[in-house]
Amino acid sequence: MIPYKKDIGLLILILLVGSTVALINPLFLSPTNMANTANLIGLFGIFAIGQAIVIITGGIDLSVGSVIALLGVLMVDLMAGVELPWPFVLMLIPVFGAVIGLIHGLLVVKLRIQPFIVTLCGLLIYRGAARFFTADATAGFGFGQSFPAVEWLTVGRSFGVPHSFVALVIIGAVMWTVLHRTVFGRYLYAVGKNEEAARYSGINTGAVVVAAYVICGILTAISAMFFAMYTRSISPSSHGNFYELYAIAAAVLGGFSLRGGEGSILGVILGAVLLQILQNLVNLLGIPSSLNFAVMGAVILFGVLVDSQLARFRPMLSSLKGTA
Amino acid sequence: MTAALLALQGVSKHFGPVVALEDVSFSVGRGEVIGLVGENGAGKSTLMKILGGVIAPSAGRILLDGAEAVFATTRQSMDRGIAFVHQELNSFTNLSVAANILIGREPRRGPFNVFVDQRQSEAQVEPLLKRLRADFRPSTPVAELSIAQRQLVEIARALSFDARLVIMDEPTSSLTLSESSRLLEIVRELRESGVSVIFITHRLNEVVEIADRVVVLRDGRLAGTLAKQEITPQAMIALMIGRALQTLYLPPATTRGEHGLTLYCARTRSFPAEEVSLAVRKGEILGLAGLIGAGRSELARAIFGIEPLLAGEIRIDGMPLRAATPQDAMAAGVALIPEDRKQSALMLGESIAENIALNNWRDFSHRGMVETSRLQAHAETQIAAFAVHAPGPETQLAALSGGNQQKVILAKWLPRKPAVLICDEPTRGVDVGARHEIYARLRKAADEGAAVLLISSDMEEVLGVSDRIAVMHEGRISGTLERTDFSEQNVLQLAVGRAHPEDTPR
Repeated sequence: MIPYKKDIGLLILILLVGSTVALINPLFLSPTNMANTANLIGLFGIFAIGQAIVIITGGIDLSVGSVIALLGVLMVDLMAGVELPWPFVLMLIPVFGAVIGLIHGLLVVKLRIQPFIVTLCGLLIYRGAARFFTADATAGFGFGQSFPAVEWLTVGRSFGVPHSFVALVIIGAVMWTVLHRTVFGRYLYAVGKNEEAARYSGINTGAVVVAAYVICGILTAISAMFFAMYTRSISPSSHGNFYELYAIAAAVLGGFSLRGGEGSILGVILGAVLLQILQNLVNLLGIPSSLNFAVMGAVILFGVLVDSQLARFRPMLSSLKGTA
Repeated sequence: MTAALLALQGVSKHFGPVVALEDVSFSVGRGEVIGLVGENGAGKSTLMKILGGVIAPSAGRILLDGAEAVFATTRQSMDRGIAFVHQELNSFTNLSVAANILIGREPRRGPFNVFVDQRQSEAQVEPLLKRLRADFRPSTPVAELSIAQRQLVEIARALSFDARLVIMDEPTSSLTLSESSRLLEIVRELRESGVSVIFITHRLNEVVEIADRVVVLRDGRLAGTLAKQEITPQAMIALMIGRALQTLYLPPATTRGEHGLTLYCARTRSFPAEEVSLAVRKGEILGLAGLIGAGRSELARAIFGIEPLLAGEIRIDGMPLRAATPQDAMAAGVALIPEDRKQSALMLGESIAENIALNNWRDFSHRGMVETSRLQAHAETQIAAFAVHAPGPETQLAALSGGNQQKVILAKWLPRKPAVLICDEPTRGVDVGARHEIYARLRKAADEGAAVLLISSDMEEVLGVSDRIAVMHEGRISGTLERTDFSEQNVLQLAVGRAHPEDTPR
């Protein structure tokens, strides 16, 4: 496992960008700004990890943003409309996410439809379902309805640290163990690197791929709950738009290859951190917010370019011994 | 004779401290067939890359028609009449034969020349195919062609450049015997029409048959050249490895036991109408010979649960096996070393340790958690036991030669002590030294009680290593031979579907 070198490079980039922003605008380091940024890192980081697990196997999940909208709408309705007990809802939403992931995985593995197509259709279907479910109206909690326990869990803070960030740290630690320390993690990499060799080695590659989509579904559902409580009102046509692309961008920044088999949990988390710092930078440096996406795109392109140029020289040296 | 077509003078290539070629000089005459042999890593590929304009030599000169030539790009090399037929075919399978041959140089028509002139392309390609006596048409999609036919397409492409020197890099490594002999015939025809050929191969018998002169490389240096009358496999091997040829056959240490692997009327997807019945005893190496496409690899994959078995029964040590997945087959004690090493057996970007563990993580984990230290220790032991030439367990597979990669695959499967070991072309692209080690491993596995099924298209190997040979022809077993009946003639006859003299006709 060598990807740690990439993580260090990304960490240096984050520190560079961060200290530059802090020098120009000291507000960057203010407790309020740090807590807000940490909250956003937590929200986006959780589903980015899910996306990363799918990308490791060589797949992709384009439906993330729509799932966040659909499950957000459902959560609000189940709690505020149907008035199910909230602990039950908090368990039910991840189950929904798991079912969505299971369907994606089975379509990819059993019916051999390309992941891009499966989840692109998912993107359209779940978005449409969310809008239909609320008749295109904004879903929110009624006046006087409050769920202090859920609010404390999701948007609360402990010692000034937002709970979404705490959740990211916990989920990150669990997923780090799963990916980097368990046999299942090795299978995920093996399927991404060479699915055929994995199959010839007696690995149930189909089950591994399905499991990756299920994990992605569950993590997306968890972050959907955080988003729902964070925004409190969900407009189903725009809630979560483009979030799948944030996740893919975080993974790519974090050293993942869209061909599969490469990347680390630390990498995708750092990728999510950098993306949020860039967002923050646009605000703090007074760059017109319309340039938001352009700045992000440019930085990602720059990072990937530097990385690929550095990578060109390493295999040239090592391959000499092999061929000749 | 005038100046040689091509002459190399003191050509060297260094990659940093690594010496890939050192002071290599030889010449190629007009209409001469040069056999270029050497173990993997001897510098053949580097030499070819220099001639092809892919890399520049560090020192030395290349003379073409007696004048110094510089090949800075592949295009320059092609323009001077040097063409390559690569080991791995670079065909565009979705295009026709004509489109493949003329790719990048298509005759055009129409406004602004935007359209490909199909008729003109086919007219250009037709005579080339005729010259090679190809049995397909310019309009045939390459996807429909066999590997041997695709090779003809590559040769036709070389001829379409008016090549004066055709360099063939292991052209027969994926061909069967009859296809190979057809290719050798084409090489002879090229020679007669004045084209020179550099023929790189591991199949020494072919060199004996075809080469006018042999150039042997060893460790990047010229180990020697052999004139026509001196060319024998022994002489070449002596130069390649610097020691005399050993006999391939290692007699079994134990007597054959009960049936380890038995097939009753097995049918596979490639030949659903044909049945295969076959028995491999414990302690025996059964060679499975035949032409490529005879259904041997499909049979192996069906036994291992990669492909479905349409009908019939498989027994392992007498116990019926219904292998729906490789996991089932492995649980019954079957190991498959597949045909395509890079595609089906290896993670090239991963370390030796990770590759060895891939089929065996249960042994290197506790409650699902990886135990790195146990794996490292195991990998180090196996690297030593299988004599893998590598710095350590962390070495990436991509950095190893073909022979060492194959040893890693053996180290991945053999410690499981399989009851049935199926090897599909285990020495393809493997140098002579490593081959012998692999053969010794197969024999050791057999002596320890495994039933070994050796699928091989290499005649020398199948005759040299097996205790018995079964020959497949178009999905069925056309005959089996005991060691006393082993001969190239007998195997070939069965492989092309003619019954063995002692067999009763069907």
